[in-house]
Amino acid sequence: MATLEIKDLHVQVQTEDGPKEILKGVNLTIRDGETHAIMGPNGSGKSTLAYSIAGHPKYEVTSGSVTLDGADVLAMTVDERARAGLFLAMQYPVEVPGVSVSNFLRTAKTAIDGEAPKLRTWVKDVNTAMDRVKMDTAFATRNVNEGFSGGEKKRHEIVQLELLDPKVAVLDETDSGLDIDALKIVSEGVNRFKENGDKGVLLITHYTRILRYITPDFVHVFVDGRMVEEGGPELAEELEANGYDRFVSAAV
Amino acid sequence: MTAETLSHALEVEDVDSHLHPHRSFDVADHAVPTGREEIWRFTPLKRLRGLHDDAPLDGDGVGAEADAPAGVSIELIAPDSPLRGSSGFVPSDRIAARVWAEATRAWAVTIPAEAAPEEPVVVTLTGKDSESATASHLVVSAGAHSKATLVLRFVGSGTLADNVEYVVGDGAHLTVVSIDDWDDDAVHVGHRHAKVGRDATFRHIDVSFGGDLVRHDTTAEYAGPGGEVEMLGLYFADEGQHIEHRLFVDHNAPRTRSHVSYKGALQGEGAHTVWIGNVLIRKVAEGIETYEENRNLVLTDGCQADSVPNLEIETGEIEGAGHASATGRFDDEQLFYLRSRGIEEHEARRLVVHGFFNDLIRKVGVPSLEEQLTATVEAELAKNVLREGPA
Ligand SMILES: Nc1ncnc2c1ncn2[C@@H]1O[C@H](COP(=O)(O)OP(=O)(O)OP(=O)(O)O)[C@@H](O)[C@H]1O
Ligand SMILES: [Mg+2]
Repeated sequence: MATLEIKDLHVQVQTEDGPKEILKGVNLTIRDGETHAIMGPNGSGKSTLAYSIAGHPKYEVTSGSVTLDGADVLAMTVDERARAGLFLAMQYPVEVPGVSVSNFLRTAKTAIDGEAPKLRTWVKDVNTAMDRVKMDTAFATRNVNEGFSGGEKKRHEIVQLELLDPKVAVLDETDSGLDIDALKIVSEGVNRFKENGDKGVLLITHYTRILRYITPDFVHVFVDGRMVEEGGPELAEELEANGYDRFVSAAV
Repeated sequence: MTAETLSHALEVEDVDSHLHPHRSFDVADHAVPTGREEIWRFTPLKRLRGLHDDAPLDGDGVGAEADAPAGVSIELIAPDSPLRGSSGFVPSDRIAARVWAEATRAWAVTIPAEAAPEEPVVVTLTGKDSESATASHLVVSAGAHSKATLVLRFVGSGTLADNVEYVVGDGAHLTVVSIDDWDDDAVHVGHRHAKVGRDATFRHIDVSFGGDLVRHDTTAEYAGPGGEVEMLGLYFADEGQHIEHRLFVDHNAPRTRSHVSYKGALQGEGAHTVWIGNVLIRKVAEGIETYEENRNLVLTDGCQADSVPNLEIETGEIEGAGHASATGRFDDEQLFYLRSRGIEEHEARRLVVHGFFNDLIRKVGVPSLEEQLTATVEAELAKNVLREGPA
């Protein structure tokens, strides 16, 4: 069982001109096995929502709540959230010089499971996960994300998703910057993850094309820091045809 | 360029440059520093135990043990041995001049021409007493086309002032790893100078972890075109520790290359590191390439990292010249990324510091040493802020 519940979430960032509110009351509930897509124009606050769920220190929650199976996520540290079962595939994965992918993956897996993975099966698991997203296993000895192309960074996020096997995954524009083959590979990775059980997926995207491979149960339109419309997959079709104009003018 | 103009150019002595302090063998030419001089302004003179003044240098508190592969000779040499000064070394400050004049131990490591011992030459200097100061002069000669690695390890507690000369023959390849792994109360002032032969490679890897005060001048010049100098440094200053590196590469020959990269971490109140990276590209040094960088990672409040790169270029005909210097704290984005994968904060910090040094350690190119260095970094990290639990 895994339910992520976001209630009336308000978030601000500090700017040179003082605090600026970016999330203006977000409500969203992701239940067992549900995939929600969030679509919205640039700068509407999608990444802010993703980072706020993960606990990035830059984003300050001023009111509202986030719970995972009833537990107060906002009271947890960044790493506690991950250990509780949250995973964020980042829009811009960070380079960590001098830390090899294999060391990173093993350290993360050990942290999430509370014990070191068994060496023999672990090496196999890593190789399989990398093979599946067509990442050469030579990446294991490279530094985390350093010198990776945009697409390689995204695939590396999916490798982590598969190996760390969280309860709820937030994917922030994992599809952007991918060519069509890579998009399929990444989508298959997400679908495999979903098949692992009652997983929740929050798919943040700009484009409808990924929704051809990952079928959402719900589509939300996100404008100016809040949800302005909710529907099924057909809402994505409408956005594809007409863009955000209808929603943007309504929100102003 | 003809051989004649080249040899003429090589004879050009000190150019008037702040990168190149006045050099002399005569102690009287070097006044007792007051601390206001450019070359002394970062150094806490009070903690030098009089090395810069008139403290006796005739102690024998630092013993030397050597382990040399067959063919490599290690021997004591007479004070008037022509080996002394064969690298072109001329003292640039009072301590170096005093060591030149007063060293009670002069010795030489000689790698014959074309020798290529597989095992490194390992010399361990062990301090047993830091009350009296010891002065030592070492000359390392790598014969033409030889290929060897020398490890100098400093341990224990002592007060040591030493001059080390490296004469790297034409086409030779010499790697030196110098490790200051002293106890907390040691003082070590070292001057190292290399003369790098035609098409020769000199790699100097300087690791400074221990000691109360460590100050090293590491300088290089070329005996012909095509030579290559790589200076790598790794240092870790704890509470109250002063670690100072002053580097000078004198591009006095054409088509020579130098690459200088020093990385340091600081933790604890009063930890102070100094890095002065001087590179001079003389008129004659056409077609050279140089790059120097220094990066410091400040782990706690109360530390100070001074970093001053200087590039002086007297010719426009060069392949490339650059420098970089950066001093920073932990990168929040890196820590966030690691923690978002469940890794606890102290573990994330440990990984980042490891990573910071790893890139450099991988360049050492001596596997057994790489492991040792990684372990030493680990031990340093365990000491202070990165121990278990929240920082
Ligand atoms: N430090 C800051 N100062 C000022 N504005 C900021 C700051 N940080 C974020 N913002 C603003 O917050 C808004 C939301 O940013 P966010 O990255 O969440 O948007 P997004 O919906 O993910 O956009 P995109 O589709 O381009 O990824 C943007 O207008 C951004 O400029
Ligand atoms: Mg975004």
